[in-house]
Amino acid sequence: MESRILAYMDSRLKDSERAEMDKHLAACPVCRVRANEFRSVSDLLGELPMVEPTPAFDVRVRARVAAEPVKQSWWAWMRPSPRIAFAASMLLLAMLWMGYRKEAVTPLPISPEEADASMMQDISVMEDHDTLANFEPLKELPPPVEATADSDDTDQQM
Amino acid sequence: MTRTDVQLMLDVKGGDEQSFELLLQRYRTPLVNFLFRMVKNREQAEDLAQEVFIRVYRAREEYVPTAKFTTWLFRIATNLALNSLRDHRHQKLEMSIDAPLTDGEDGDERPFEVADKHLTVEQELVEEERKKMIRRAIEKLPEKQRAAVLLHKYQELDYAEIAKILSCSESALKSLLFRAYEMLRVELAPLVARRGLK
Repeated sequence: MESRILAYMDSRLKDSERAEMDKHLAACPVCRVRANEFRSVSDLLGELPMVEPTPAFDVRVRARVAAEPVKQSWWAWMRPSPRIAFAASMLLLAMLWMGYRKEAVTPLPISPEEADASMMQDISVMEDHDTLANFEPLKELPPPVEATADSDDTDQQM
Repeated sequence: MTRTDVQLMLDVKGGDEQSFELLLQRYRTPLVNFLFRMVKNREQAEDLAQEVFIRVYRAREEYVPTAKFTTWLFRIATNLALNSLRDHRHQKLEMSIDAPLTDGEDGDERPFEVADKHLTVEQELVEEERKKMIRRAIEKLPEKQRAAVLLHKYQELDYAEIAKILSCSESALKSLLFRAYEMLRVELAPLVARRGLK
Protein backbone atom coordinates (compact mmCIF):
# COMPACT_ATOMS: atom_id res chain seq x y z
CA MET A 1 0.00 0.00 0.00
CA GLU A 2 2.70 2.47 1.06
CA SER A 3 4.72 2.07 -2.10
CA ARG A 4 1.73 2.18 -4.40
CA ILE A 5 -0.63 4.78 -3.07
CA LEU A 6 1.14 7.79 -4.62
CA ALA A 7 1.68 6.01 -7.91
CA TYR A 8 -2.04 5.18 -7.83
CA MET A 9 -2.89 8.85 -7.30
CA ASP A 10 -0.55 9.88 -10.12
CA SER A 11 -2.02 7.23 -12.47
CA ARG A 12 1.46 5.75 -12.85
CA LEU A 13 0.46 2.17 -12.04
CA LYS A 14 0.17 -0.55 -14.65
CA ASP A 15 -3.37 -1.60 -15.50
CA SER A 16 -3.08 -4.83 -13.54
CA GLU A 17 -1.67 -3.00 -10.48
CA ARG A 18 -4.36 -0.35 -10.72
CA ALA A 19 -7.11 -2.98 -10.82
CA GLU A 20 -5.56 -4.66 -7.80
CA MET A 21 -5.44 -1.32 -5.95
CA ASP A 22 -9.07 -0.51 -6.83
CA LYS A 23 -10.09 -3.88 -5.46
CA HIS A 24 -8.14 -3.27 -2.23
CA LEU A 25 -9.54 0.24 -1.72
CA ALA A 26 -13.07 -1.00 -2.24
CA ALA A 27 -12.60 -3.50 0.57
CA CYS A 28 -10.43 -1.40 2.94
CA PRO A 29 -12.02 1.82 4.32
CA VAL A 30 -8.81 2.89 6.13
CA CYS A 31 -6.77 2.84 2.92
CA ARG A 32 -9.63 4.46 1.03
CA VAL A 33 -9.71 7.38 3.46
CA ARG A 34 -5.91 7.66 3.29
CA ALA A 35 -5.94 7.71 -0.51
CA ASN A 36 -8.58 10.47 -0.50
CA GLU A 37 -6.60 12.50 2.02
CA PHE A 38 -3.42 12.19 -0.04
CA ARG A 39 -5.35 13.34 -3.07
CA SER A 40 -6.56 16.36 -1.10
CA VAL A 41 -3.00 17.14 0.00
CA SER A 42 -1.85 16.95 -3.60
CA ASP A 43 -4.65 19.33 -4.67
CA LEU A 44 -3.76 21.75 -1.89
CA LEU A 45 -0.12 21.79 -2.97
CA GLY A 46 -1.32 22.63 -6.45
CA GLU A 47 -2.93 25.81 -5.16
CA LEU A 48 0.38 27.56 -4.56
CA PRO A 49 1.11 30.03 -7.36
CA MET A 50 4.25 29.86 -9.46
CA VAL A 51 6.94 32.41 -8.73
CA GLU A 52 8.25 34.34 -11.72
CA PRO A 53 11.94 35.24 -11.70
CA THR A 54 12.62 38.97 -11.58
CA PRO A 55 13.61 40.66 -14.88
CA ALA A 56 17.08 41.22 -13.41
CA PHE A 57 17.56 37.46 -13.18
CA ASP A 58 18.00 36.93 -16.92
CA VAL A 59 20.24 39.97 -17.19
CA ARG A 60 22.51 38.67 -14.44
CA VAL A 61 22.72 35.16 -15.92
CA ARG A 62 23.58 36.55 -19.37
CA ALA A 63 26.21 38.86 -17.86
CA ARG A 64 27.82 35.97 -16.00
CA VAL A 65 27.80 33.78 -19.11
CA ALA A 66 29.39 36.58 -21.12
CA ALA A 67 32.08 36.97 -18.44
CA GLU A 68 33.00 33.29 -18.61
CA PRO A 69 36.47 32.73 -20.09
CA VAL A 70 36.38 31.22 -23.54
CA LYS A 71 37.86 27.75 -23.56
CA GLN A 72 39.82 27.11 -26.76
CA SER A 73 41.69 24.07 -27.90
CA TRP A 74 45.24 24.31 -29.26
CA TRP A 75 43.96 24.36 -32.84
CA ALA A 76 41.07 26.70 -32.11
CA TRP A 77 43.07 29.80 -33.10
CA MET A 78 43.02 28.57 -36.68
CA ARG A 79 39.25 28.13 -36.79
CA PRO A 80 38.26 31.76 -37.25
CA SER A 81 40.71 32.20 -40.15
CA PRO A 82 40.83 29.42 -42.71
CA ARG A 83 43.03 31.68 -44.85
CA ILE A 84 45.77 31.65 -42.24
CA ALA A 85 45.50 27.89 -42.00
CA PHE A 86 45.70 27.57 -45.79
CA ALA A 87 48.68 29.94 -46.05
CA ALA A 88 50.51 28.08 -43.28
CA SER A 89 49.88 24.76 -45.03
CA MET A 90 51.17 26.12 -48.36
CA LEU A 91 54.30 27.53 -46.69
CA LEU A 92 54.99 24.19 -45.07
CA LEU A 93 54.56 22.38 -48.38
CA ALA A 94 56.87 24.86 -50.14
CA MET A 95 59.55 24.38 -47.48
CA LEU A 96 59.34 20.62 -47.80
CA TRP A 97 59.58 20.84 -51.60
CA MET A 98 62.63 23.17 -51.47
CA GLY A 99 64.33 20.87 -49.05
CA TYR A 100 63.74 17.90 -51.31
CA ARG A 101 65.13 19.76 -54.36
CA LYS A 102 68.31 20.86 -52.56
CA GLU A 103 68.95 17.30 -51.46
CA ALA A 104 68.59 15.99 -55.05
CA VAL A 105 71.00 18.60 -56.62
CA THR A 106 73.80 18.84 -54.06
CA PRO A 107 76.46 16.14 -54.56
CA LEU A 108 77.10 13.90 -51.66
CA PRO A 109 79.94 15.17 -49.46
CA ILE A 110 83.23 13.17 -49.71
CA SER A 111 85.18 12.30 -46.62
CA PRO A 112 89.00 13.06 -46.54
CA GLU A 113 89.77 9.34 -46.76
CA GLU A 114 87.66 9.00 -49.90
CA ALA A 115 89.37 12.08 -51.42
CA ASP A 116 92.84 10.60 -50.76
CA ALA A 117 91.81 7.29 -52.26
CA SER A 118 90.57 9.07 -55.36
CA MET A 119 93.81 10.98 -55.73
CA MET A 120 95.83 7.77 -55.43
CA GLN A 121 93.79 6.23 -58.19
CA ASP A 122 94.65 9.18 -60.48
CA ILE A 123 98.38 9.13 -59.68
CA SER A 124 99.25 7.34 -62.95
CA VAL A 125 97.80 10.26 -64.84
CA MET A 126 99.94 12.60 -62.82
CA GLU A 127 102.97 10.42 -63.56
CA ASP A 128 102.11 10.40 -67.22
CA HIS A 129 101.88 14.13 -67.24
CA ASP A 130 104.16 15.71 -64.65
CA THR A 131 106.88 13.14 -64.26
CA LEU A 132 107.38 12.56 -67.96
CA ALA A 133 107.06 16.20 -68.92
CA ASN A 134 109.66 17.40 -66.39
CA PHE A 135 112.10 14.50 -66.55
CA GLU A 136 115.38 16.25 -67.30
CA PRO A 137 117.24 13.39 -69.06
CA LEU A 138 114.40 13.00 -71.49
CA LYS A 139 114.67 16.62 -72.48
CA GLU A 140 118.21 16.05 -73.75
CA LEU A 141 117.04 13.39 -76.16
CA PRO A 142 116.44 14.36 -79.77
CA PRO A 143 112.77 14.72 -80.69
CA PRO A 144 111.20 11.48 -81.93
CA VAL A 145 110.90 10.90 -85.63
CA GLU A 146 107.74 8.79 -85.48
CA ALA A 147 105.14 8.52 -82.78
CA THR A 148 105.46 4.71 -82.53
CA ALA A 149 109.26 4.79 -82.44
CA ASP A 150 109.14 7.55 -79.86
CA SER A 151 106.90 5.43 -77.77
CA ASP A 152 109.16 2.37 -77.99
CA ASP A 153 112.28 4.42 -77.17
CA THR A 154 110.63 5.95 -74.19
CA ASP A 155 109.72 2.49 -72.89
CA GLN A 156 113.29 1.34 -73.32
CA GLN A 157 114.66 4.34 -71.44
CA MET A 158 112.32 3.75 -68.61
CA MET B 1 10.17 21.71 -34.67
CA THR B 2 10.99 22.13 -30.97
CA ARG B 3 14.45 20.91 -30.14
CA THR B 4 14.82 18.63 -27.15
CA ASP B 5 16.81 19.66 -24.10
CA VAL B 6 19.57 17.23 -25.01
CA GLN B 7 19.74 18.59 -28.57
CA LEU B 8 19.92 22.15 -27.26
CA MET B 9 22.67 21.20 -24.82
CA LEU B 10 24.64 19.46 -27.58
CA ASP B 11 24.29 22.63 -29.67
CA VAL B 12 25.60 24.67 -26.72
CA LYS B 13 28.52 22.26 -26.59
CA GLY B 14 29.07 22.96 -30.28
CA GLY B 15 29.34 26.69 -29.54
CA ASP B 16 25.75 27.83 -30.17
CA GLU B 17 25.07 30.46 -27.50
CA GLN B 18 21.49 30.92 -28.68
CA SER B 19 20.65 27.36 -27.60
CA PHE B 20 21.78 28.20 -24.09
CA GLU B 21 19.40 31.16 -24.14
CA LEU B 22 16.56 28.77 -25.06
CA LEU B 23 17.45 26.46 -22.18
CA LEU B 24 17.50 29.46 -19.87
CA GLN B 25 14.03 30.51 -21.00
CA ARG B 26 12.73 26.95 -20.71
CA TYR B 27 13.95 26.31 -17.17
CA ARG B 28 14.31 29.69 -15.44
CA THR B 29 10.82 29.60 -13.86
CA PRO B 30 10.77 25.91 -12.77
CA LEU B 31 14.26 26.24 -11.36
CA VAL B 32 13.65 29.47 -9.44
CA ASN B 33 10.39 28.01 -8.07
CA PHE B 34 12.05 24.80 -6.96
CA LEU B 35 14.90 26.68 -5.27
CA PHE B 36 12.54 29.22 -3.72
CA ARG B 37 10.52 26.42 -2.11
CA MET B 38 13.74 24.78 -0.96
CA VAL B 39 15.58 27.75 0.56
CA LYS B 40 12.50 29.91 1.33
CA ASN B 41 14.14 33.10 0.17
CA ARG B 42 13.62 34.58 -3.24
CA GLU B 43 16.87 36.48 -3.57
CA GLN B 44 18.87 33.46 -2.48
CA ALA B 45 16.83 31.25 -4.84
CA GLU B 46 17.68 33.48 -7.79
CA ASP B 47 21.37 33.50 -6.84
CA LEU B 48 21.37 29.71 -6.66
CA ALA B 49 19.47 29.41 -9.95
CA GLN B 50 22.10 31.63 -11.57
CA GLU B 51 24.78 29.36 -10.20
CA VAL B 52 22.99 26.31 -11.64
CA PHE B 53 22.90 27.86 -15.12
CA ILE B 54 26.54 28.91 -14.91
CA ARG B 55 27.56 25.39 -13.90
CA VAL B 56 25.60 23.96 -16.80
CA TYR B 57 27.31 26.41 -19.14
CA ARG B 58 30.76 25.65 -17.74
CA ALA B 59 30.19 21.92 -18.13
CA ARG B 60 29.10 22.22 -21.78
CA GLU B 61 32.42 20.96 -23.17
CA GLU B 62 32.22 17.73 -21.17
CA TYR B 63 28.45 17.23 -21.58
CA VAL B 64 27.50 13.69 -22.56
CA PRO B 65 23.77 12.91 -22.76
CA THR B 66 23.83 9.82 -20.53
CA ALA B 67 20.73 10.91 -18.60
CA LYS B 68 17.81 13.27 -19.05
CA PHE B 69 18.79 16.92 -19.05
CA THR B 70 16.28 17.67 -16.26
CA THR B 71 17.87 14.99 -14.06
CA TRP B 72 21.23 16.70 -14.43
CA LEU B 73 19.80 20.20 -14.00
CA PHE B 74 17.78 19.43 -10.87
CA ARG B 75 20.56 17.35 -9.39
CA ILE B 76 22.84 20.39 -9.54
CA ALA B 77 20.02 22.54 -8.14
CA THR B 78 19.24 20.12 -5.31
CA ASN B 79 22.88 19.82 -4.28
CA LEU B 80 23.31 23.59 -4.28
CA ALA B 81 20.11 24.05 -2.27
CA LEU B 82 21.06 21.42 0.30
CA ASN B 83 24.56 22.90 0.65
CA SER B 84 23.12 26.38 1.02
CA LEU B 85 20.66 25.20 3.69
CA ARG B 86 23.48 23.50 5.57
CA ASP B 87 25.56 26.68 5.41
CA HIS B 88 22.69 28.81 6.70
CA ARG B 89 21.46 26.36 9.31
CA HIS B 90 22.50 28.50 12.25
CA GLN B 91 20.75 31.51 10.81
CA LYS B 92 17.65 29.42 10.25
CA LEU B 93 17.54 28.24 13.83
CA GLU B 94 17.49 31.83 14.99
CA MET B 95 14.51 32.66 12.84
CA SER B 96 11.11 32.35 14.40
CA ILE B 97 8.45 30.60 12.41
CA ASP B 98 6.19 33.55 13.13
CA ALA B 99 8.71 36.18 12.18
CA PRO B 100 7.44 38.49 9.44
CA LEU B 101 8.40 37.24 6.01
CA THR B 102 10.75 39.25 3.89
CA ASP B 103 9.63 40.88 0.68
CA GLY B 104 11.38 38.17 -1.24
CA GLU B 105 9.49 35.41 0.50
CA ASP B 106 6.01 36.73 0.44
CA GLY B 107 5.90 39.54 -2.08
CA ASP B 108 5.73 37.25 -5.06
CA GLU B 109 2.88 35.19 -3.71
CA ARG B 110 0.16 37.76 -3.64
CA PRO B 111 -1.82 36.97 -6.73
CA PHE B 112 -4.94 37.96 -4.82
CA GLU B 113 -4.23 41.58 -5.50
CA VAL B 114 -4.98 41.00 -9.15
CA ALA B 115 -6.20 37.43 -9.37
CA ASP B 116 -9.77 37.68 -8.16
CA LYS B 117 -11.32 41.06 -7.69
CA HIS B 118 -14.64 39.47 -6.71
CA LEU B 119 -13.29 38.26 -3.36
CA THR B 120 -14.19 40.30 -0.32
CA VAL B 121 -11.45 41.50 2.01
CA GLU B 122 -12.42 38.77 4.48
CA GLN B 123 -12.28 36.09 1.80
CA GLU B 124 -8.92 37.39 0.67
CA LEU B 125 -7.59 37.10 4.20
CA VAL B 126 -8.89 33.55 4.48
CA GLU B 127 -7.30 32.64 1.14
CA GLU B 128 -4.02 34.23 2.13
CA GLU B 129 -4.00 32.36 5.43
CA ARG B 130 -4.72 29.13 3.59
CA LYS B 131 -1.79 29.56 1.23
CA LYS B 132 0.48 30.52 4.08
CA MET B 133 -0.51 27.29 5.82
CA ILE B 134 0.29 25.22 2.75
CA ARG B 135 3.61 26.99 2.28
CA ARG B 136 4.60 26.46 5.89
CA ALA B 137 3.62 22.79 5.74
CA ILE B 138 6.06 22.36 2.84
CA GLU B 139 8.74 24.32 4.66
CA LYS B 140 8.41 22.11 7.73
CA LEU B 141 9.31 18.99 5.78
CA PRO B 142 12.84 17.66 6.24
CA GLU B 143 15.02 18.88 3.37
CA LYS B 144 15.21 15.65 1.40
CA GLN B 145 11.47 15.00 1.76
CA ARG B 146 10.81 18.56 0.66
CA ALA B 147 12.99 18.15 -2.43
CA ALA B 148 11.20 14.88 -3.25
CA VAL B 149 7.74 16.47 -2.96
CA LEU B 150 8.71 19.52 -5.01
CA LEU B 151 10.22 17.43 -7.79
CA HIS B 152 7.24 15.06 -7.74
CA LYS B 153 4.42 17.56 -7.46
CA TYR B 154 5.66 20.70 -9.24
CA GLN B 155 8.21 19.39 -11.74
CA GLU B 156 6.24 16.19 -12.37
CA LEU B 157 9.40 14.15 -12.78
CA ASP B 158 9.07 10.38 -12.75
CA TYR B 159 10.20 8.31 -9.79
CA ALA B 160 13.34 6.97 -11.46
CA GLU B 161 14.46 10.51 -12.29
CA ILE B 162 13.79 11.86 -8.77
CA ALA B 163 15.59 8.86 -7.27
CA LYS B 164 18.66 9.67 -9.40
CA ILE B 165 18.54 13.33 -8.39
CA LEU B 166 18.36 12.44 -4.70
CA SER B 167 20.86 9.57 -5.03
CA CYS B 168 18.56 6.92 -3.61
CA SER B 169 16.76 3.82 -4.83
CA GLU B 170 13.29 4.05 -6.32
CA SER B 171 11.78 2.12 -3.41
CA ALA B 172 13.53 4.45 -0.93
CA LEU B 173 12.09 7.39 -2.83
CA LYS B 174 8.54 5.99 -2.65
CA SER B 175 8.96 5.53 1.07
CA LEU B 176 10.34 9.08 1.39
CA LEU B 177 7.38 10.51 -0.53
CA PHE B 178 4.90 8.49 1.51
CA ARG B 179 6.34 9.87 4.76
CA ALA B 180 6.31 13.39 3.34
CA TYR B 181 2.65 13.11 2.33
CA GLU B 182 1.83 11.68 5.75
CA MET B 183 3.43 14.70 7.39
CA LEU B 184 1.66 17.10 5.03
CA ARG B 185 -1.64 15.33 5.73
CA VAL B 186 -1.20 15.98 9.46
CA GLU B 187 -0.04 19.58 8.98
CA LEU B 188 -2.84 20.38 6.60
CA ALA B 189 -5.50 18.37 8.47
CA PRO B 190 -7.91 21.31 8.87
CA LEU B 191 -7.79 22.08 5.16
CA VAL B 192 -7.98 18.41 4.22
CA ALA B 193 -11.03 17.91 6.46
CA ARG B 194 -12.72 20.96 4.91
CA ARG B 195 -12.15 19.55 1.44
CA GLY B 196 -13.53 16.20 2.60
CA LEU B 197 -16.76 17.89 3.67
CA LYS B 198 -17.27 19.50 0.25
